[in-house]
Amino acid sequence: MAALVNVPTRAKRGDIIEIRTLTSHIMETGFRHTMDGAPVPRDIITSFTCRHNGAEIFRADLFPAIAANPYLSFFTVAKESGKFEFEWIGDNGYSSIASASIIVE
Amino acid sequence: MPATRRQFLSLVGSVTVIPIVALPPVDATPTMLNTAIRNVVGEAAVRIGKVKLEIPPLVENGNTVPMTVSVASPMTADDYVKSIHIFNEKNPQPNIGNFYLNPSSGRAQVSTRIRLADTQKVVAIARLSDDSFWQVAADVVVTLAACTEEVN
Repeated sequence: MAALVNVPTRAKRGDIIEIRTLTSHIMETGFRHTMDGAPVPRDIITSFTCRHNGAEIFRADLFPAIAANPYLSFFTVAKESGKFEFEWIGDNGYSSIASASIIVE
Repeated sequence: MPATRRQFLSLVGSVTVIPIVALPPVDATPTMLNTAIRNVVGEAAVRIGKVKLEIPPLVENGNTVPMTVSVASPMTADDYVKSIHIFNEKNPQPNIGNFYLNPSSGRAQVSTRIRLADTQKVVAIARLSDDSFWQVAADVVVTLAACTEEVN
């Protein structure tokens, strides 16, 4: 798995929790050239989505100005136990998923 | 300031014609920045405030610049942040990222790492649930640029 996700394993109902994700990707901007002047084609992640038990809780559009190996941190309210699903979509048919479970008590 | 620039150019043009062509397009990228912002906010007014942008004022390496943006919002069902949009002034492309939140986000705060091709201004704009827009800008000095270097 090329992605790292950090979600608390347990939380109290109503707590605001931080979710951090890091995925391995070159994020080639498409603005660079090789030494002999040929343009390097763009290859980036364009979209990130986080769902909790199927419902979208966070979404991001990414552009070439996002650094290589995109890192994202965001927050959500712990409402119920279940699964967080993470999805990265990008150029050249790139797709990657990850998941993490949480127990809300 | 298109009117001022036009006046200036016509003034210059009345004196001599040749240098006009040689003038570099100094405001070409800020125009792209304004266009990118208008694409998000439309005709709405963008007020200053509520948004906080934490980014180092001086970075050595523009390839990875940590950035945190937060918005002062109670994040309730009636009053929350719908989205946060980050822009830059001088990269080849004015957009950095769009982040979509909802009342159950709890806290309107997003962190990521960005690329900056030059010393420039970074702008963060938040859209609240009442469709008002709020912004903040930060200046960042970059000593090693990102994005456009050669691939070895």
